[in-house]
Amino acid sequence: MSSEKNELKGVTGWIDKRLPVFTFINHNLRDYPTPKNLSYFWNFGSLAGVTLVIMIVTGILLAMQYTANADLAFDSVERIMRDVNNGWLLRYIHMNGASMFFIVVYIHIFRGLYYGSFKAPREILWILGVLILLLMMATAFMGYVLPWGQMSFWGATVITNLFSAFPVIGDYIVTFLWGGFSVDNPTLTRFFVLHYLMPFLIVGVVGLHIVALHQFGSNNPLGIDVKSEGDTIPFHPYYTVKDYFGLGVFLIIFFGLVFFAPNFLGHPDNYIPADPLVTPAHIVPEWYFLPFYAILRAVPDKLMGVILMFAAVMVLFVLPWLDTHKTRSAQFRPYYKQFFWLFFINCLILGWVGSMPAEGLYVLISRLATGYYFLFFLVILPILSRYENTRTIPTSIAASVLSDKFGNEKTSTENI
Amino acid sequence: MDKKNLNDKLVESDKTQKVDSEKRDFLFMTTTGLALAGGAIAAWSLIDTMNPAKDVLALSSTEVDLSPIESGQSLTVMWRGKPIFIRHRTKDEIKQARNVLVDDLTHKSLDEERVKKPEWLVVVGVCTHLGCVPLGQKVGDEKGEYGGWFCPCHGSHYDTSGRIRKGPAPLNLDVPPYEFVSDEIIKIG
Repeated sequence: MSSEKNELKGVTGWIDKRLPVFTFINHNLRDYPTPKNLSYFWNFGSLAGVTLVIMIVTGILLAMQYTANADLAFDSVERIMRDVNNGWLLRYIHMNGASMFFIVVYIHIFRGLYYGSFKAPREILWILGVLILLLMMATAFMGYVLPWGQMSFWGATVITNLFSAFPVIGDYIVTFLWGGFSVDNPTLTRFFVLHYLMPFLIVGVVGLHIVALHQFGSNNPLGIDVKSEGDTIPFHPYYTVKDYFGLGVFLIIFFGLVFFAPNFLGHPDNYIPADPLVTPAHIVPEWYFLPFYAILRAVPDKLMGVILMFAAVMVLFVLPWLDTHKTRSAQFRPYYKQFFWLFFINCLILGWVGSMPAEGLYVLISRLATGYYFLFFLVILPILSRYENTRTIPTSIAASVLSDKFGNEKTSTENI
Repeated sequence: MDKKNLNDKLVESDKTQKVDSEKRDFLFMTTTGLALAGGAIAAWSLIDTMNPAKDVLALSSTEVDLSPIESGQSLTVMWRGKPIFIRHRTKDEIKQARNVLVDDLTHKSLDEERVKKPEWLVVVGVCTHLGCVPLGQKVGDEKGEYGGWFCPCHGSHYDTSGRIRKGPAPLNLDVPPYEFVSDEIIKIG
């Protein structure tokens, strides 16, 4: 490491001595020792970072054209679509980028859940991640209000009204959020300001997230600690190339949506200007909120529904203390693995019933699914932590990687 | 990470596995080249959104009816967000504009080149110094020492042909592209 520093000469060295940016980059993006067995599931952190940058860049350019005024907002968005050079592209990237951001982050979270990335010593890393998720949800919700279409307006009305469920102070909170007696111009202007502000808060928390990550390094599919240099490879070129390739695949899917099905994930009603006198017959949130929306509707009591919905996210904060099993990776936990996949399917079911009308069989399904959601976190994980026996865990990453290769490749290469 | 050690290992494995380094270089160059080209195109598409939009460009010409302007009067109209000075010049003003030695001017230009019809002067009413709007359109405005316009910001004097005669401005008032659609109507832009 110290010899690395001395290698920097000339202008680079002069700057680095005074402001160690190059040492920092070298340390975190080049030499940074990374477990050699990371799968493609470890691409999603960098993908989320790239998506965040894309969202901020397109967002800033959109903000230059958008007008945050209840009378002008809808038309200004249509002007972006028709008159601004490449405005349609800008808006469709930003719109679908939000969906892609959530897809990437949800996969990132499920990966953490499966491989136990939230466990000691990475609890704060995990908590910062959940904080990012919360900020993203708030940002996405407020962003969806800005075009001031029917779904924007009624989404804003319904979500802000959630707070009216709280006894005594509820109505005051809602009036405060609106800045008036209904969702109107003051609500729109403050949502615009906050929608612009919050991504920069996310950038800040992402910075902390990375600092916390690089303290102990990445977890890996085996979930065991790095024990020697033989367990790692330098980040560059191995993982830069892997991330780069993953990014290519990701962008093909992302821009496939942007160019060929830009409104696939949206709702046609949002192309109708906001009308405070008419509620659309079937209002649904964006797809990434559907599981939580399903939990809200599953409960017949207004306050309890709101509390459970918030609890569904909040429970992630305490996950490191619910699942205290010493083995991280689900690969070596036969029961946890099954309950995990059940939980995953359960989340998809919640998303599906969230998009359906709240009647008949759907209500029953949403209740069962809500039940399992909390059962998984609050009952199954603590019990498994105590009683589950694990499979044999390899002694080191290197040992596991080599034994995987011994069977076929190694013998054949040595024969050449 | 022990870099030397690693490099040695890589070189060794390159030898044993017979790496086709030409192919590797080719792949590296094409990948980088494509990424740079893609990045440049993406960057341009994004930057281009800040250029004037179609609705802005659609407002780039304007028609003005000159018939109500009596000799000696002026009219200011908006064109592309800027004031356009239209002056119906008197015989005196035309004579004043033409009785000037071109060589004496800061920005050499004949009055004949600056008008389509001698009695109508059409110029962009933005001082060529730092963009203020000069005085001289309204009755009672200070018109400067040469009877044209006077810019109050930094004291530039323009003559009855809108040419700079005194003060810090480097150029004459700009003549916008315009044409007479009929005898009394002009189309600017």
